[in-house]
Amino acid sequence: MTDIFKLDRRDFLKLGAATGGGLILGVHVADTRPWVTPGGPLQPNAFVQVAADGEVTIWVAKAEMGQGVRTSLPMIVADELDADWSRVTVVQADAHPSKYGSQMTVGSRSVRNGAWMNLRRAGAAAREMLVAAAAAQWGVSATSCRTESGRVMHNASGRSMSYGRVAERAAALPVPEHPKLKDPAEFNLIGKPLKQVDTPLKVTGQATFGIDVRVPNMLFATVVHCPVFGGSVKSFDATRARAIPGVTDVVQVSQGVAVVAKYTWAALQGAKALDITWDPGSFSLGSADITARLIELAKHDAAVARQNGDCEAALARAAKRVEATYELPYLAHATMEPMNCTADVRADRCAVWAPTQSPQGTQSAAATITGLPIDRVTVHVTYLGCGWGRRSRTDFVQDAVETSMKVKAPVQVLWTREEDMQHDLYRPTAYYRAEGGVDSTGRISAFKLRVVATPIRGRGGRGGVDRSGVDGAANTPYRVPNMLVDNVQLHLPVPTGHWRSVGPSRNAFVVESFIDELAHAAGRDPLEVRLELLSHHARLTHVLELAAEKAGWGTSPSPGHARGIGLVENKGGLAAQIAEVSLDGGHLKVHRITCAFDAGRIINPNIAEAQIVGSVVTGLTAALYGEITLEAGRVKQSNFHDYPMLRMNEMPAIDVHIVESTEEPGGVGEPAVPPTAPAVTNAIFALTGKRIRKLPIELEELGATGS
Amino acid sequence: MARFTLRVNGRSHTVDLPPDTPLLWTIRDVIGLTGTKYGCGIALCGACTVHLDGQPVRSCSTSISSVGNREVTTIEGLSPDGSHPVQRAWVAEDVPQCGYCQSGQIMAAAALLEENANPSDDEIDTAMAGNICRCGTYDRMRAAIHRAAKEG
Repeated sequence: MTDIFKLDRRDFLKLGAATGGGLILGVHVADTRPWVTPGGPLQPNAFVQVAADGEVTIWVAKAEMGQGVRTSLPMIVADELDADWSRVTVVQADAHPSKYGSQMTVGSRSVRNGAWMNLRRAGAAAREMLVAAAAAQWGVSATSCRTESGRVMHNASGRSMSYGRVAERAAALPVPEHPKLKDPAEFNLIGKPLKQVDTPLKVTGQATFGIDVRVPNMLFATVVHCPVFGGSVKSFDATRARAIPGVTDVVQVSQGVAVVAKYTWAALQGAKALDITWDPGSFSLGSADITARLIELAKHDAAVARQNGDCEAALARAAKRVEATYELPYLAHATMEPMNCTADVRADRCAVWAPTQSPQGTQSAAATITGLPIDRVTVHVTYLGCGWGRRSRTDFVQDAVETSMKVKAPVQVLWTREEDMQHDLYRPTAYYRAEGGVDSTGRISAFKLRVVATPIRGRGGRGGVDRSGVDGAANTPYRVPNMLVDNVQLHLPVPTGHWRSVGPSRNAFVVESFIDELAHAAGRDPLEVRLELLSHHARLTHVLELAAEKAGWGTSPSPGHARGIGLVENKGGLAAQIAEVSLDGGHLKVHRITCAFDAGRIINPNIAEAQIVGSVVTGLTAALYGEITLEAGRVKQSNFHDYPMLRMNEMPAIDVHIVESTEEPGGVGEPAVPPTAPAVTNAIFALTGKRIRKLPIELEELGATGS
Repeated sequence: MARFTLRVNGRSHTVDLPPDTPLLWTIRDVIGLTGTKYGCGIALCGACTVHLDGQPVRSCSTSISSVGNREVTTIEGLSPDGSHPVQRAWVAEDVPQCGYCQSGQIMAAAALLEENANPSDDEIDTAMAGNICRCGTYDRMRAAIHRAAKEG
């Protein structure tokens, strides 16, 4: 089996040196290399090991989906260890129920909320043991020693020793429970814009994604699922499917019918030739029906998610009142790599290779399905061709494990793009009713928002409030003296899930739009109104002012252009964006998005910049194109022709300004998603007077009213 | 079923497959080169881009019977050691995020630079518009193409 997850930095450094350029070139990992399980003298915890030759191995327990954890997390460990970064090897950890803590890779949580402290302690513990061992050998005090780039030094005597030479003796020492951490002023890797360790593999086709897993004697399969949500297989005739050359088996699994073949194409052809009779179940709604239900529910009782002051009284005495409704669609994740998983189920064990954000969930799902004890289930985590929350569930794992059980062979199950799009766990659809008031001095005095939405499945929440569904609304950073945010949930069989930035991906659009509406009603500058409502929040004020300054807010844009603002506080990140747009004959052009961003201390600014740009692309794609619609209980969209993605020729200029900060690290991969859509639609309003209250933006409508 | 001899990255491979089998699945599942990716299956995303005699094609929509004697180049064959100017520029700009689409992007960019040694932004955008990157690495790709043109 190819050692697909071990990036050996030594190899590509040598290779770089061998080619004379000093440039780090792509490493080729030979197909014959064994699965490497490094073992060395010093391994004080699950995350780090120092071998006798001085090589440092760092395990990454989170999934790599482009957010850079395979670079940023080892940087944290290596910094506290004072390792020589050029001698660090990164190994992707298999799933383990407890060894690494939670391996779930969601919510921009890999670093924030103290997650980085575990990694700091892991590196610091190893360092402390190496220092203690060297000091003992020299007969000096540990406090008189220091470390630098993989060596212990004793300044007074001028002696120094490599970590490798002292590692074996260090391993005999007790592991410190509370190792001393660095003063952040001494960080030498954290904060540096290091290049990602995986890039050489990713530019040579050597990075192994889920779809690239190859194991001996494996078969290739695809699963056809009932197109109607909640439906099931009534019966099927596999005669024609079995006649396709290369098809080896057709089996029913819990979620549909699997066609198994010697290669993927035969499986895909076999799936087309299947004759399945579905029991569609009872769900038959279309998008218009769902919207009508949401609108109806908005008239009924709602559960209070946030309340301060007295909204009704403030509205009653407001000088100006504004009412508006907003609608947001279901969204698909459409990860570049469609759902897939490879499983090899034997009588006494099971191996799974999965592009999963939930390694432990995958392990427990496979154990449940097979009936094997959890320690007989091995889960190897591959690279993920995008994650976005889609891969936090294990429906695709279930297909692979069940299929392997049925055909008694290792099987890779790959969903087609069409299956992937029509069996996603969608960002929930929502309808909003907003009411607001401006008092006689022009201040926003009342803000009332009802969020009516399909909740994320199984996340109904206490007191009738879907907490993640009101995130970004109920906890808006704006302080209005009288506020009420409430929530009504509509439960449907349409599967829903977390979608990059989750609640704020919808709610920030509505809050930012409605604040703009109120500012307009007050006849005031939308920046000034926002700053007034954020006066208690110095960091967010700074981020907004920074975006405004860099975007030239207050100066006249080019003729025919206008600007709009969007901001959010989300997952430990503060993001403000200013969009500049124009309309030419109904054609909307987004010229520039200026982003200011504060997520506290940034581990790797190179990766953070990429994540912020990528987040803007995500937000803009959803604003311009993102819409999943239903008809008779099934999703209408199937591929990129009817669920389009932003392409290179549509890119605005994106300027990123990251605030330098020593605050605790926040999230980086998601907070810049929500502000983009409202920044663009607020700019459209500034340009045309046309308020966009429904996404995606209807371009035809703009053309009819555009300048 | 029929026998086809394909020239892939300078080597000959004889396969016995239905003539309409796409080059993509032949390369990945039969010949065993997995760098070329499946994204949409209908030539909409570009993740499966390879070269046929230097021309970029969507291998998901190219049947093996249509390849004939043309030389197939995949990401694995672009250079023996990752040293193609486009690959080096991609490393220098640290382009990939998830990386799934990047084989196709690099093959599209390499073909562009063969045709046009010094493309403008607009020419790059036009040539690359068929390749989707869900992560949004477009700016770094554009910068990397300019870098490859300059340092080529």
